Order: sequence, then structure tokens, then C-alpha cells
Amino acid sequence: MSTIPATPSPATVPPVTTDPAPPKAGRPRRGLNANSPWFPYLLVFPLVLILFGYVVQPMFATFAESVGVDGVANYSEFVTGTGVARSALLTSLMISAASVLLCGIVGVAMAFLLKRFSFPGRRLIEAIILVPAALPPLIGAISFQLLYSETGILPRGLQHLLGTEDPVLPFTGIGGVLVVHTFTMYPFFYLAASAALTGMDPSVEEAAYNLGASRVRVWRTVLLPMLTPALVSASLLVFMTSLASYTAPLLFGVDRTMTMQIYINRTNGDLPMASTYASVLAVASVLFLLGMRWYEGRRSYRSQSKGVASHRREITNPLGKWLALTASVLATLVLLAPVATIALVAFSRDGSWTTEVIPSEYTMQNFVTIFSDPGAYRPILNSLRMSVLATVGCVVVGVLIAYAVRRLDFRGRGLLDVAVMLAWALPGTVVAINLISAFSTGNAFSFGQVLIGTFWIMPLAYFVRFLPLVFRSSSATLAQLDPSLEEAARNLGAPWWRAFGTVTLRLMLPGVLAGALLAFVNGVGEFVASVLIYTSETAPISVEINNRMYSFEVGTAAAYGMLQVVLIFIVMVFSGRLQNGGRAAREAVKWTA
Amino acid sequence: MIDVTLESVSKRFARAGDTAAVDDVDISIAAGEFFTLLGPSGCGKTTTLRMVAGFYFPTSGRIRFGTEDVTHRPPNKRDTGMVFQNYALFPHMSVAQNVAYGLKIRKVGRAESARRIDEALGQVHLAGYGDRRIDQLSGGQQQRVALARALVIRPRTLLLDEPLSNLDAKLREETRVEIRRIQQEAGTTAIYVTHDQAEAMAMSDRIAVMESGRVRQIGAPQEIYHRPATAFVARFIGRSNVLDLPVVTAAAETVTVGLPDGSETAVTAPVDHGLRAGDTALVSVRPEHLGLTSPTEAGALTGRVTEVEFTGMATNLVVEVAGEPVQVAAIDVPAGTAVGDQVGLRLNRQRMWVVQP
Repeated sequence: MSTIPATPSPATVPPVTTDPAPPKAGRPRRGLNANSPWFPYLLVFPLVLILFGYVVQPMFATFAESVGVDGVANYSEFVTGTGVARSALLTSLMISAASVLLCGIVGVAMAFLLKRFSFPGRRLIEAIILVPAALPPLIGAISFQLLYSETGILPRGLQHLLGTEDPVLPFTGIGGVLVVHTFTMYPFFYLAASAALTGMDPSVEEAAYNLGASRVRVWRTVLLPMLTPALVSASLLVFMTSLASYTAPLLFGVDRTMTMQIYINRTNGDLPMASTYASVLAVASVLFLLGMRWYEGRRSYRSQSKGVASHRREITNPLGKWLALTASVLATLVLLAPVATIALVAFSRDGSWTTEVIPSEYTMQNFVTIFSDPGAYRPILNSLRMSVLATVGCVVVGVLIAYAVRRLDFRGRGLLDVAVMLAWALPGTVVAINLISAFSTGNAFSFGQVLIGTFWIMPLAYFVRFLPLVFRSSSATLAQLDPSLEEAARNLGAPWWRAFGTVTLRLMLPGVLAGALLAFVNGVGEFVASVLIYTSETAPISVEINNRMYSFEVGTAAAYGMLQVVLIFIVMVFSGRLQNGGRAAREAVKWTA
Repeated sequence: MIDVTLESVSKRFARAGDTAAVDDVDISIAAGEFFTLLGPSGCGKTTTLRMVAGFYFPTSGRIRFGTEDVTHRPPNKRDTGMVFQNYALFPHMSVAQNVAYGLKIRKVGRAESARRIDEALGQVHLAGYGDRRIDQLSGGQQQRVALARALVIRPRTLLLDEPLSNLDAKLREETRVEIRRIQQEAGTTAIYVTHDQAEAMAMSDRIAVMESGRVRQIGAPQEIYHRPATAFVARFIGRSNVLDLPVVTAAAETVTVGLPDGSETAVTAPVDHGLRAGDTALVSVRPEHLGLTSPTEAGALTGRVTEVEFTGMATNLVVEVAGEPVQVAAIDVPAGTAVGDQVGLRLNRQRMWVVQP
């Protein structure tokens, strides 16, 4: 991420002969002069204030809250206790490790099959492979519950088919959580491995064969080592995302995880203990973030040669062909099943689905309800309003931070970068607890107002959570813009703001727009932080879905879910059409899914 | 059109320790002059140009346009026209919009603007290309749009940062003639940065040769070629043999040195050469100023051929004279001259020149 000025490398600069100390060059001038050494600080100061006020300072507030009453007693429970704290930590770690393993196997296998082989249905699978992961977290987890749990469509279907007494192969508890994790997080591995495979120079592999290595040996000594960097970063991402996962344990009733304990302690009013869990998770996130940055770019094996493009192997033997065809039909079904289930259930009459495999009565009423009943469409309005507000904030702040980090030279640039990405690394539950700790009393960053229990805490939480999306996406487009474009505009007489507006920002627009759309749909789908800070007045769509599920209004819940899903697909198609924006968005998704 | 003066300009970058990227540079460029900053990469030439443009401010020293001190003036208030190495054309604007950008900022009226854009595009032979998108142009055309965009604002000086380095060899030669023609027509002062000495020689009124952040020599191309100030300049401009020869006697503008075969010869030296009898002088002689002859010819140095390379126009040889390799470029080499042959070298004494280390 070092793109800034053409500072000559020490090797090319001559040793200084005895020159007297030069007089200070910059003299004070009025106005915003982009060349003044103070300019970066002038621009960066408000950004630093925002990141400190809404990301860093709340984290400290949470820590203060956790040690405020009992000192470090809360923390010692993690180490010495035999109670909930210790087992929650161990369960969370165990689930995360298992998720890494499962996602690794599924993701890498998918990447190899799709990138190295050619078989019928490959293109379709490639097109829909990210669909399950694109679902909003709550509706994704619900769809898996509807499909694979004890009351799910598949186990009950098998039960009917085989005539057994109980549902066949139901996933419950931790098993259920792992299914959700595998389906929603394998894309980290899939994307990393397929990028590595596509970027890999096929002649390296050919060289190994040419030197006499067998296929197994080539795998062991060439392919896997070259994939290592991609796999390590994907492992870190999956581990961290699993640790932060909240909806899957909630729906499959696994109470003893870190995130669930945060929620449970918060609802029981034990804020110090909730803060303790949140602090432990926050420390894990920070460590993870630092580990990620340390590992990032340390090694990568991109192809340097031009020439032969990588080729796919045609599957030729007949048995293999049939196997491949069956597998790809099955994969297509599995990938589309979650969305299909939600769509199906959205048309089912509330309360009509009890023990049948699939709902028995269908109606349009659910959609009529959510758009016509004032109480029912308020969550939709809430979500839209809060997401729009948060998105506007994310765009203004995210674009400026991206510009500052990529283009300006100032002390603490690395810290600014870390602070934004911290917002990304922190689990949603932790973000919520942090905001509760910081703004349950007024402080300078809330202009003395208590924010908890008001409308404003919600868009603020969305802003903190989705700022990194806009930042990443803007930063990725900015990285591809030559800094000399802005210099050319300045040279032709444009003041900084005009050069920035007419050239740099204008050219960043696709990436910014893609990031903004992502932030917006993520806001509309947000559940994890909302559920800890909403009030009955400000409940967003996802919280409403959760409440409807609890009152067995599954049809209405799914109808809300369809709304989110349709919105997501519209946005995905649209940002795919943005020139460059699609790529920037993918880059951002890779980092923030 | 204006004259540009750099007075003891130095630039240190905070991140590069205490070393100077540009070290105490004094240059004065006359109005209308085509002035080139020439040197290897990392010599500080681009940094110097960027200080003139205002993208960097000097750590010390002054920059003047005419009598006006512009040392700390922001780039948008300098009225220079810069052509960037990668052209830096705005990809979201058409050719005409690119050229219009500077005029819009100067609030030039619509009709006047249109006229000047047409004129500028005509000047670079791109009349009728105004509506094209940038990515529909070839590299050479993009280069000319960049030139038109810089010229159309009638800048006080034209700044060119290696504008030809992204073109292929043939186009490069055509374009350098064009740039020179356009600069002459417009009568603009031009500061040109390049690492290509042939380009610098062909285009410039005067050249400043830079090395390690310092200016080593300023002069017209012929002067720099025939009277290089230092061994570095001699070797960087064209090719040169720099021989270590003992000084026999030293006068104001002539130094008599001993040659490897024991003979002596008088060599022209700069006035301030500071050499005395017994010192070692660095004497530069270009490969084309050495003639190949028979080893028995009177006054010729003798040596053994160690390399022969036929390039078409001339033959390049390396001849070992008293253990020292000497480069020779000869047009008429006797057929059959091969490695191992004993040959004579005839020195063109008028073209030998004492240089500073």
C-alpha cells in the first residue's frame, strides 16, 4: 500500500556534502493549500477524530465497563473458571477451527474443479457459487434452518421417503452451526484459491512435469506450496468470521459461544460481563488484524511471464463425465436451495406449515401485509432510512480516508489505515456493545447526548460496520489511478478541491458507488448489531424477521427476507455493470463478507 | 515566454534520511530556450522539474520566473504546461475536453476556447480528433494530445518529463523533431527531462548534465560533447575513453602528457585544470577520434585487438594498449582484422581533452 511520493530510494541519492542546515521552506499561507506540509493534517484531523470517536474510543469504553465493577475478576473466569465463560470461549474456538477445516476442503475443492476442469454445468455453477454467501446473515441462517434442521425440508423429506420414525440426517446444535458456516464462508477459500490458481503461471507446473514429477508429486511440491499464502489468509478470515458469527448459534440454539454470551448477558442486564466477552473478542480481532497485515504481501506467487494461458482439462472418460454431470446438478441444487426455500416459504400462509415436508397452503397475503400494514412496513422504512444515512456517512468519510491513506504523506498514515480496518475486524456484536458502553451517557462525540435508546445509535452502528466497505472499494479504484492525473489538473491551474472533484473523485466514482451500494444492502440486511441496540420504534427488517420467526409467522418473515434478497441481487447486477466498480466491489467483498 | 532561474536549489526528502535528491543546483534558462536536464535515473532531474512545476517545494534555494519569485507558489498558480511521462490524460474526457480543461479553469470564453482548441490540435496534427475517447488513440497520438493540452493554455514555460520514453524507437525520433518544431513555433521556454543523451543532443539549445543531485556541466550539445567537464560527462554523453596519463608539463590551457608508448603530446585543458607536472591527468578521447593504422606508422600507439564488433556503419574494436583497453570506432577497417592482430592507433590530438574526475 505504498503508493505515495516519488521519494528516491536511498541507493540513488548521493551522500550529502557538508551543507549548512537549510532554512525552513514552508512559510505560513492562508487558505487550503494542498502543497503546504500542513495540508494532509488539516484534511486528516477530522477523519482521525471520527475514527477515534466512533471506533477506538468506544472500544476503550467497553474495556472500562468490563473492569469497572469487579476489576479483572471477569477476565479470570476465562482462564481459571469452570463455568460458562471458559466453555463459551472453548466452544467458539472449536467451532472456528472446524469451520476453517470444512470451508478449506469445500472451497479449495470447488476452486480446483471449476478452474482446472471443463465439464457440463461449470459456467452455471461459477455464476451462482457465491449466492448462499450473498444472503444477509439472518436470512441465510434461517434458510439453512428451514432446510437442514430437525424440522427442515431435507430431513423430513427423507423421513417420508424412507418411512422412518424420526427426521433423517437432521443438523442440530453445533452441527447446524457448522453447516451454516461452511456454506456461507467457503467463498473465502474459493475466491482466494481460484485467484491463486488463475494467477499461477501454468508453465511452472509444466516445468515440474517436464522434469519427471508425477501428478501427486507436482501437487505436493508445486501446487500446494504455491497456494499456501492464499490458504493462510483465507484461514485467518474464516476463523475470525466464525468467531464473530452470531446468527448461526442463535438459530441452532448454541448458547455457549462468545457472541451468544454477549447477547445473553446484555439482555440479562449484566453489561460488565457482556463487555468482558466483547473485550476478549475485540482483542482477538485486533490480533487477527495485525496478523493479517503482517502476513499480507509477505509472499505471493503471481505469474510474471506472459505467454501460455492456463488451460482447463476436459474430462474424457465416460464414467467421469456422468459423475461430473451428477455432481454439478447436485451442486446447483444445493447452491440455489436456500434462496428457493425462502422464496417458497414467503408465499406460505402463516401458521399453516407444521409437520409437512413443505408448506401446504400458499398465499400472496404476506407481501400484502408487509407493504400495507403500517406496523409491518415500519421496519422497512426504518431499515431504508438508517441505511441511507449510514451510507452517506460511509461515502464521505470512506472516500476521504481512502484518499488520505493512498495519496497523502503524513505521520500516522498506517494507524489511520489500521483504525478503519479495525471497524471491519470487530464482530457486529462487539461494535454494538462498544457503542452501548460509549454512548449510554453523553460524551463529546455524541455532543453530550445519550444515544442509546434513540434512533441515531442505529445508523451510527451501520456506519461503523460498513465504513470499511466503502473505504476498501474506493481505495482499490484509487490504487489504479495514476497520481499524475491529479497533478496534471493542478498543473493546468485547478486548485486542489477542483482537481480532486473533476478528476480524482470523478474517476473513483465507479468504485465509490459500488462500495456505497454494498454498504447500503448490508445495512438493509443488518441484524447482528441491531438486535442489541434497537428499540420497538427503530426495529429494522432483520429484527422484525427474527421476531416474526419467534411468533411462528414464518411466511411473513420469509417475505421480508425475499425483500432483502431481491434488493441484494439488484445491487449485485447493477454493480457488476459499473465499469471497474464490479472489481472494486469484489475486492471489498473479499475483505468484508 | 519567460526566463527561469534556479538559485542554489536543494531538495531533501524527509523519508530518505539526510541525503539530498537535488543538491545546490544553479541554472538560468533564457526566454524561448529549449533546455534539457539530462542524467541517469535517480540523478535528480525529475525532482528538479517537479520543483519548477510546483509539485515539490525546495528545501532551500529560490526559483524565479523572470523576476517573480515562485519558490513556494502552488502548482495551479504557476502557469506552466507540463507533459507527463505517462501523459496523464483524463480518461473520462474526450480529446477536446482534455485540451479544454486548462482553458475552462482560466474562464476563456466559449468561442475563443473552441478556436484555441482547434489551433492546438492542428499544431499537433490531430485536427478532427476532438471527439475521440482517449482509449481510442495510439500512444503517439496520446502523447500529442498531452502536448496540445499543455500548449493551449499558452504556458509561461513548457515542462516535459521524459515524454518520449513510452514510444517505440522510430516514433520517438519523429516525435522529437515535432516537439522541437512546435516549441520553436510557439516560442515557449521549454524544460525537458530525459535520460537519453541522443534525444538531448538532437533537441536542445543547452543541456545540464546531472549526476547524484548535482549539475556537472551546462552547455550547448557540441560543447558538452567535445569539451566534457568531468569523466562522468565524457562517459555519459556518447562513449569515451578516459585515460590516466602522467602530466609532463602544465600550462594555462594546455597540458603535455606522456603516452603509453613513451611519446608525449600536448592536450587542451580547461583554464582551471589545476594540474602540475607529475600529476595524473584524465584525458578523454572519443572512440571515433581514434584511427586504425599499421602498427609501424610513426607516432601511432600500438596494441592488440581483443574485440571486434561490426555494426554496419562503423566497426567497434577494443584494442589493448599497454594493458589498458581502448575503445575504437573506425569506419574503414582493413578487411580481415581479427582478435589477436597487432594494430596501430592514430590519435586525433585536437580532439583530446583533459577532464575533471
